[in-house]
Amino acid sequence: MTRPITKTVNVPVADGDGERYTLKMGPQHPATHGVLRVDLELDGETIIKCSPHVGYLHRGFDKIAENRTYAQSLILTDRLDYIAAMANNVGYCVAVEKLLGISVPLRAKYIRTIVCEMSRIASHLLWLATHALDIGAMTVFLYCFREREVLLDLFEELCGARLTFSYPRIGGVRQDVTKNFVDVLQRFVADFPMHIEEYETLIDTNRIWLKRTVGIGVLSASEALELGLTGACLRGSGVDYDIRKHRPYDAYDLVDFEVPISDDGDIYARYRCRMEELHQSGRIIQQCIDQLPPGSIISEDAPDLVMPLHGQRKVEAGSSSYGTGLIRLLEEKEHFPVGDIYVSTEVPKGELGFYFISDGSGRPYRMHMRSPSFIHISALPALAEGSMIADLIANIGTLDVVLGECDR
Amino acid sequence: MHVLIILIEILVLFAVIMLHVAYATYFERKIIGHMQVRMGPMRIGWHGLLQPIADGIKSFFKEDIVPEQADVVTFRAAPIICLTAMLTSLAVLPFAKGWVLANINIGLLFLFAMSSLSSYGVILAGWASNSKYTFLGGLRSMAQVISYEVAMGLSLVGVMMLSGTLNLTKIVEVQGGSFGGMYIFPQIIAFFVFFIAMLAETNRVPFDLPEAETELVSGYATEYSGMRYAIFFMAEYIGMMVMASIGTICFLGGWNGPFEVTIFPPFWFVVKVYAFMFVFIWIRATLPRYRYDQLMTIGWKLLIPLALGNIVLTGFIKAFTG
Repeated sequence: MTRPITKTVNVPVADGDGERYTLKMGPQHPATHGVLRVDLELDGETIIKCSPHVGYLHRGFDKIAENRTYAQSLILTDRLDYIAAMANNVGYCVAVEKLLGISVPLRAKYIRTIVCEMSRIASHLLWLATHALDIGAMTVFLYCFREREVLLDLFEELCGARLTFSYPRIGGVRQDVTKNFVDVLQRFVADFPMHIEEYETLIDTNRIWLKRTVGIGVLSASEALELGLTGACLRGSGVDYDIRKHRPYDAYDLVDFEVPISDDGDIYARYRCRMEELHQSGRIIQQCIDQLPPGSIISEDAPDLVMPLHGQRKVEAGSSSYGTGLIRLLEEKEHFPVGDIYVSTEVPKGELGFYFISDGSGRPYRMHMRSPSFIHISALPALAEGSMIADLIANIGTLDVVLGECDR
Repeated sequence: MHVLIILIEILVLFAVIMLHVAYATYFERKIIGHMQVRMGPMRIGWHGLLQPIADGIKSFFKEDIVPEQADVVTFRAAPIICLTAMLTSLAVLPFAKGWVLANINIGLLFLFAMSSLSSYGVILAGWASNSKYTFLGGLRSMAQVISYEVAMGLSLVGVMMLSGTLNLTKIVEVQGGSFGGMYIFPQIIAFFVFFIAMLAETNRVPFDLPEAETELVSGYATEYSGMRYAIFFMAEYIGMMVMASIGTICFLGGWNGPFEVTIFPPFWFVVKVYAFMFVFIWIRATLPRYRYDQLMTIGWKLLIPLALGNIVLTGFIKAFTG
């Protein structure tokens, strides 16, 4: 061995006199939810300075999209927030439809709303599971996964995938829902409030849970707005902002639901908001199932698709071969508008926006994604500085970040 | 000849305890599994019964990694200190009438000494690994042990006052065979303090801060692997058993039970210890984890005053009732 071995143990001692040391938490750490790295400056266990570092998962989606047709870029959105890929898919399709001026049939709108809310439940369940596990309540973790499994099975039945769906398509959805799907979903929605109660019995009024969440990571409404937070993180601080309500897309203006808001702005408030959203998502799904109209699932003016390897054979609307990746939007033959557009949707994590600059070529001249996780991570120093290491873990959990979406 | 008999006794106790440790992990994994709507180990043997053996073999043959920057001697010694201290404390435990290796007058004190000694292992492990996570784990453990050792010691003073002895066999005998004789009734406050301090002493949820998985990766044991890690694990489980035994002896009347099991005299002792272990596991499946400063607050501001008050109260009652 050529490297000299230092025998001295030189970990600095923090004695409260301001002697500080740095701790690099992540990118391999059980509680940073993927590949987040947080550089901490500590005095004892108190965090003096906290700087999150992102980019370990950067794949350059914004740039890749410039070389792809609009239909091809759909699969990129699967890989943003992989916990709730369906909501991203829908968000992308809504944005492109607005750009191309395509209207979606009512049935497809309802189906999209159903799958969006299903993915919201799936995402919130995973959030609750990991958040509780981070704070030390390990049983909630497995309870949540039990219900999430049902939803993933349903997604699998709907489109054959459990993680990367690419189920919606521009102008509608890929396949119609089956009767079994609706039945199982109905049963799930009927039982779900009982399951939420089950999670709540474990942690909701638990003294330790309250001690770890109430009054920790407090953000006032103005601070949350300045940091650009959206979703439950913003609503937990008392700002009534939900795109589903204020700029409805798909069938959200046709169903009745409430936007849960809490004024306290701490970890517990955000926890309560998300738990209430689970109830509301169940309500939305129930109404969509009840109102689900018959009819077409894809628009007449949806762009025609061709498979280059099979000659110019036209792929039927609603055909399952849409997702094979070889299909391209007929770029030269269609008429594409020129201009730019920003469309945002409410995904489980917050506001997911797509900004397109179209030069009429059939491929975006520029595509930008406003991903909530990226913006939420920037709020971490504001939440964590001055608190303890254990609170940092709770704060990462409460922001509900997915690094795939953050780094794009 | 006498020495030989004692050596054989030690060997038998050692073997039984090691087997017990292996199956205590199985017990925990099965129970926690069923509490969490899953099965626990199922693959190796009938309902996973051979899983602990497989785990033991696996950790025995794993590569033994010592970090380059570690203080090698201390790093290697730390798990051994832990295990030795815990095993030594077994010597004074009376499993049944006469079933004790060393029936000494200061049994209770000896147990405390050994339990404190084992925390040296944890602290040294955290220090010697030369990693910040293990260092924080070691620091936390040091603070935790110091604060909760005090509370635990004070909580048992009441028991000492009532029984008038530190000899564990005598403490059981004073309580007698009847249900009402158990010290849990006159010493209910002490039992409460003892129980919480016991969770903290053994680093169990909700006080598992020295090895808080989501904060400190694995705390003091982060840099340990293979057999050395397994030794820490064994020490922790023996520690759980020792603490449960102290609870059984001091508060639940030791080996006495509603009827005598002549084939296996420690029957009731084992039942009571496992009742404690079950509660340990139950708590682990239910509760979240306290924060470091909250843990200190509970120790110093709640448990120690309670234990002190209990001593005063016991003293008064003893003085007036004679």
